[in-house]
Amino acid sequence: MNFALPAFFAALSIAGAVAALSLRNLVHCALALVLAFAGLGGLYVALGAQFAGLAQILVYSGAVAILIVFAVLLVRERDEEQRHPIRWGNSLSGIAVAVLVFIAIARILTSDSSLHRAAPAAPSATIRDIGTMMMGADILPLEIIGLLLTAAMLGAVILALRERNAVKS
Amino acid sequence: MTLDSLLLVSAALFAIGLAGALLRRNAILVLVGIELMLNAANLNFIAFWRFSAHPEAFTGVLFLLFSIAVAAAEAAVGLALIIAIHRHYKTANVDRIDRMKG
Repeated sequence: MNFALPAFFAALSIAGAVAALSLRNLVHCALALVLAFAGLGGLYVALGAQFAGLAQILVYSGAVAILIVFAVLLVRERDEEQRHPIRWGNSLSGIAVAVLVFIAIARILTSDSSLHRAAPAAPSATIRDIGTMMMGADILPLEIIGLLLTAAMLGAVILALRERNAVKS
Repeated sequence: MTLDSLLLVSAALFAIGLAGALLRRNAILVLVGIELMLNAANLNFIAFWRFSAHPEAFTGVLFLLFSIAVAAAEAAVGLALIIAIHRHYKTANVDRIDRMKG
């Protein structure tokens, strides 16, 4: 498998993730998040999962990013909170936890030599095959996902509705 | 790209998301960190599918598609919760939402 393309997309998504969680302006964070999600989608395509990459770009870079931008527009922060967006007081412990988690996973991954292997020949993952599987063997999960998405949509609408006796702001 | 390098990328994404969820004050960015951790898990699905003995079975791809759908539902409900909390407390700062603190 060609090495350069997956490595480029992996670097893109990691850079986007770092930017999304470290920038000060929330809209910049959302844009960097689009970059991270698009990088992951490109990585999926480069690994031979074209449909998964397209779904990633449609759902994450499209829908979820737009949702986050709308939430950023609706949720306005006070100025004093914008000046201190990161909890530096307990930042050390937070960074330490994240670094420890990464080191723990990385040690496990590098200690197992069976994981250091090259990819087998790329499968011909056509969208037709995926559709056949979804409508055949995996029809029950598909229906449950439909139910879950409907329930989540109704729940989100009910949660975001104005409270009945809320004070008018 | 070998399997372990892909898994290392995924672990790095997970750690970045975890650090963001722990460090940021804004509830929206905490949710973004959680989404990044979910994406790291999704990358593992694709990596193990691509390097499995039978990639023609599409198990990892289908699992990823269902995982993306669940994550989308989670994002919608989470952001609705944040909007409701912001309306109630007039803040999205997770340090200030402490009414249930003893």
